[in-house]
Amino acid sequence: MNRFLLIGLQLAVAVIAISAWHFLTTIPMDDGKPLVPPFFFSTPGDVFWRIVKWFYEGTIWRHLWITLSEAALAFVIGSVGGVLVGFWFARQPIIAAIFDPYVKMTNALPRIVLAPIFTLWFGLGIWSKVALGVTLVFFIVFFNVYQGVREVSPTILANARMLGMNERQLMRHVYWPSALSWMFSSLHTSVGFAVVGAVVGEYLGSAAGLGYLILQAEGTFDIAGVFAGMFVLAAFVIVIDALVTMVEKRLLVWRPVAADTRT
Amino acid sequence: MQDSVAEAVRSDAKPPAPAIGLADVTIAFRMGGGVTYTAVEKASLSVADGEFVAIVGPTGCGKSTLLNVAAGLISPSTGTAEIFGSKLTDLNRQAGYLFQADSLFPWKTAIQNVAIGLEVVGIPSAEARARALDWLKRVGLTGFADRYPHTLSGGQRKRVGLAQVLIRDPKILLMDEPFGPLDAQTRQIMGNLLLELWNADRKAVLFVTHDLEEAIALSDRVVIMSAGPAARIIGEWRVPLSRPRDTSEVTLERGFHDLHREIWSVLKEEVLKGYAQSGGG
Repeated sequence: MNRFLLIGLQLAVAVIAISAWHFLTTIPMDDGKPLVPPFFFSTPGDVFWRIVKWFYEGTIWRHLWITLSEAALAFVIGSVGGVLVGFWFARQPIIAAIFDPYVKMTNALPRIVLAPIFTLWFGLGIWSKVALGVTLVFFIVFFNVYQGVREVSPTILANARMLGMNERQLMRHVYWPSALSWMFSSLHTSVGFAVVGAVVGEYLGSAAGLGYLILQAEGTFDIAGVFAGMFVLAAFVIVIDALVTMVEKRLLVWRPVAADTRT
Repeated sequence: MQDSVAEAVRSDAKPPAPAIGLADVTIAFRMGGGVTYTAVEKASLSVADGEFVAIVGPTGCGKSTLLNVAAGLISPSTGTAEIFGSKLTDLNRQAGYLFQADSLFPWKTAIQNVAIGLEVVGIPSAEARARALDWLKRVGLTGFADRYPHTLSGGQRKRVGLAQVLIRDPKILLMDEPFGPLDAQTRQIMGNLLLELWNADRKAVLFVTHDLEEAIALSDRVVIMSAGPAARIIGEWRVPLSRPRDTSEVTLERGFHDLHREIWSVLKEEVLKGYAQSGGG
């Protein structure tokens, strides 16, 4: 499809959706009231001006920064932990076998039930949110690295050994790049989960952050505030996702991509 | 003249140990339920230094398994493997191995793939890179140094693989149907490239293939294996063709045809047996 046509159609979807929202919540019907009550659905105009106000007054930056640092910390700690444990388990099958049921059990647990515990342990500050994000990110990275180390092609491994690599060199030139490629293939998911962990944690009890902002607005029936918080959050995630895509393109340059035959 | 004198002197002394000496090698794999599968039975084979030997056999006859014994990747159940007279207990450090499947590191560029063989033995990366560049030139890949394997064709990947193995200057070259996945023309070109590189310093080569024509065109000696299980070596023929050879022209020579017919009469039966055992396919 033509690139400009595609962008045009994508914009059209947004225009139609927002227009429908606008007309349904602002144009009065026969009974003098709009078809959809703005009290429950707000209006695009109110939401837009709320976002403008947040940025104009600068109150939003602090919340964005808090959420961003929580997500970043969760991502880094979860990834490092996942890589280390993934490597360790993959290279020590006995350890992996011993811990297998516990790993499965922990991973099966809906992480949200851990939130109250983390709040008790780490308080209402950022660390309880970081902990929640870590439990999400860790398992994604862990499983991918574990898989990546174990699924190195036997031919490549035999070749590496015939080329004279010792255990340390095998790690560096074979296992590590293979594990990283698996980890990076799940980068979007793990970054997304880091943000989810942060926001959900904030939503369940906090003093700052985007989740807190949404929770506060909800508590006072400030629907415009809820929607404004959601849009800011969505935009925030899209920006992070775009950054991840850039990093990915740079790091996985060696990977074959499906042939693009579009002209 | 000098060569023949040297040979005469050498024949007086104790004959030099072969590059590869396999004696009564049996390879059995333990399968589930206490069953053992004998892949190769009592195979004896020696490859002299500088000799190019091809092993031909029907699909699944265990010729690759035998090659892996020479590489030290698997150890024989009974029998011994010797490399230049000393018993092989670990990986064969004197050998370079060219695999049938893709074995390049996909996360390294062509030049990094070639240079790695030197870097692992501690050669500084600048020097390794310079020598790798030279090797890429020798295999005809100048200008492809910074390409990743997935952007190269099958033939180009094999060239990189050849450079990766040869840059370490191994005394022995083990090749497991290296040109199997390539199309017919590329195979011939690769065969000529291999012979050209081999001619420069005449390493001992053990070359596994299922293609009899390729085996005769390339080698000094052709060894035939029977159909598995418990495959044995059932015959060997010296190839009376002169060197240097061109793999596409040599197939037109009379000597080639005679030898091919002679070997094929033996091999054919085994190939049919191999088909029957693998269910016709």
